[in-house]
Amino acid sequence: MPERKKMGNISKHQEEDSKPAKTKRIDPKFKYEIMRMPGAEKVHLCFQCGTCTADCVVARFTDFYRPRKIARIIQLGLKDRLIGNEALWLCTTCHTCIDHCPQGVEVSSIIRALRNISVKTLDTMPSVFKIFASNILKSGYIYLMPESRLKKREEQGLPPLPKPNLKDVANLFHVTGFAGTLEKSRTTENVKTEGAN
Amino acid sequence: MAETRFLFFLGCLIPYRLASYEVSARKVLGKLGVELVEMPEFNCCGFPVASLDYELALSLAARNLCLAEQQNMTILTLCNGCFGTLNEANMVLKEDRALRDKINHNLQQIGMEFKGTIRVKHLVHVLTEDIGIEKLKEFVTNPLKGLRVGQHTGCHLLRPVKHVGHLDNSEDPVVLKKLINITGAECLDYQDETECCGNTVIGINEEIPFKISKEKLEHVKASGAQALVTVCPSCHMMYDFNQPRIEKAFNVVFNLPVLHYTQLLGLAMGFKPEDLMLGENRVKPTFFLS
Repeated sequence: MPERKKMGNISKHQEEDSKPAKTKRIDPKFKYEIMRMPGAEKVHLCFQCGTCTADCVVARFTDFYRPRKIARIIQLGLKDRLIGNEALWLCTTCHTCIDHCPQGVEVSSIIRALRNISVKTLDTMPSVFKIFASNILKSGYIYLMPESRLKKREEQGLPPLPKPNLKDVANLFHVTGFAGTLEKSRTTENVKTEGAN
Repeated sequence: MAETRFLFFLGCLIPYRLASYEVSARKVLGKLGVELVEMPEFNCCGFPVASLDYELALSLAARNLCLAEQQNMTILTLCNGCFGTLNEANMVLKEDRALRDKINHNLQQIGMEFKGTIRVKHLVHVLTEDIGIEKLKEFVTNPLKGLRVGQHTGCHLLRPVKHVGHLDNSEDPVVLKKLINITGAECLDYQDETECCGNTVIGINEEIPFKISKEKLEHVKASGAQALVTVCPSCHMMYDFNQPRIEKAFNVVFNLPVLHYTQLLGLAMGFKPEDLMLGENRVKPTFFLS
């Protein structure tokens, strides 16, 4: 049997990849869980042509990220290889994969769905996203605008920044249940891809 | 129907880092007779939140859309990310009844309801559709003859086709090229024009976006362009603000000025470089500043 190549996005499971998947690790309903998420409805239609990976700008520069394989792993129900996999956070959302898929599979929307499920089930998110989300709660913006910047607007002849409605924003965070997730969420640091080509 | 009055959605990155884009856009649009109405109480478009909780992202976007619906005005944004997110939310919530009900249930908590009665436009759509190329030409008093530039339209104005395909050609973008050509500057073709800048993952991993952008800058340089023109604050940050860091990381020199389109158009309309804050660009466009 030829040696298996590095499995792209699931590289941290490289050793396991060379063995047959154990039945207990297969979740046959995982596919349907994904298909219920907005934009991910057509994941079952992927026939593995690989156009998404071929046209993916990120995949050109690192072998950690392979959208074709992500679709296949979903179909196979190997949930724990994807949920919490840091490679999911490398998608730039350029959406080229959506437009080029001959089967109409919205690959980058599927990545979004997998990110959402990872955050919700593991209470973990990259620190930069936690900072952005926390800032929205505090200021309405993803940044905390420094006082000096607000003063400078005056000098530049710009109107003052509109005051946010923080009550509305907080309400939306609560009604979706995300406020709780954000509060208890741990953070992950940067994804390392050194030596990637 | 052509409009001249818009609800101005500023977003986060422009007020935080890129006053040059806001100042030049306000000056240019003002001279073109476009009235910008400040959008009260807006919040982040929702873009970064989509990766964490799509339902919350849609709710945040829909809240902004509702603010515009209350005033029955079209939203104008300068940012591709804000445009992409708000436009997508607007379309998805119009089409998907179940999702709309879910989001409207959330919006009920803040006394709002998404109705789907307004439109979302990016700067380039207002310039081409509402003002029009022919009218714009009349404002060009100082044609930038002899200047050669490349354009970077940016992903969220081009893709996915199902949400923005009616606005430009996603494989061979033409809208920004037309807008550049009326300034008298020549817009050159280069390799992989539709490629992403990579900036959205810079907080996760620097290596990949740096490699992506290095390649882009190489392609633009190879075409003979003297500058790159952007219409998105995020792409601009990547190519301008991060350019010295990319040069350092790969031990290369680009020295390629990156201009907001509103700066380029402003120059062609007779504004002085300092009016358009050209001196604030990280890579100095020396051919205009001397």
